[in-house]
Amino acid sequence: MTVMPADELTCQEVVELVTSYLEERLASEDRRRFDEHLAICEFCTEYLRQMRLTIGALGALPEEPISSDALAELQKAFRSFKR
Amino acid sequence: MTENSGELDSADAGLVAALQRRDERVFTDVVTKYHGQLLRLALAHHPSRAIADEIVQETWLAVVQGVDRFEGRSSFKTWLFRILVNRARTRAEREGRMVPFSSLASEAEGDDDPAVSPDRFVPADHPEWSQWAGHWMVAPKSWGESPEQQLISRETRALIEAAISALPAGQRQVITLRDVEGWPSEHVCNVLEISETNQRVLLHRARSRVRAALERHFEG
Ligand SMILES: [Zn+2]
Repeated sequence: MTVMPADELTCQEVVELVTSYLEERLASEDRRRFDEHLAICEFCTEYLRQMRLTIGALGALPEEPISSDALAELQKAFRSFKR
Repeated sequence: MTENSGELDSADAGLVAALQRRDERVFTDVVTKYHGQLLRLALAHHPSRAIADEIVQETWLAVVQGVDRFEGRSSFKTWLFRILVNRARTRAEREGRMVPFSSLASEAEGDDDPAVSPDRFVPADHPEWSQWAGHWMVAPKSWGESPEQQLISRETRALIEAAISALPAGQRQVITLRDVEGWPSEHVCNVLEISETNQRVLLHRARSRVRAALERHFEG
């Protein structure tokens, strides 16, 4: 059986550190432990990949254009507003 | 983007000057450019579509009325989004739906909200595997070689939008600005008036929940 290094992070700790890791807000020592864990844990590697896919999917949501009615109303207000 | 640098960049200065001299073409461009983003942030404050639409319209009217007094202490974009956030908060307070200010901070500091259900990890008192305590017991399954296409399918998008609207208010606001709109964290902290740490906590919880919703979908 593989012997875990004494300061190895658990998977449960890793999933709570993922955002700090991606935001590059981990202290260098914690970052090292995080990277060491990823190197030996395929499940946490998959978890990190899923977080990255999630972030990518969030950034790809389409934007809704303004309706022509709403735009016309604003243009009218803009025109009629006197300084 | 530089915030609070004390001076307006030249593109912003040109934009504001054009609005001040009532250039309707520039106004139409700016409305078209920011409308979708404002609507998303309004929805992050008020999931009701009708109310969100009203808040966005009110924001543009406030821009029309206030642009002559715009002093350039922040970028135009920050000014615009702050107007929206203030409108949305005033409305929430009026409706008694939200404790003013500090509510985002208290949401971030609130109870433990694990990213993944604790029952998916080996418990410390497990009869045989206690030396693996805290390691995956029900590990995440692969989403496949290249799930990118599926992630942008209409069905999955609807699922992600539903997952966002089910989030608590602070998480919803932060994930909308950070991940949906792609703003840098300083800018989000600035507009929502929260600390960087609280922002990160809310972002973490929100992303974790959206990932969990996608996981149920992929494994469903
Ligand atoms: Zn792990």
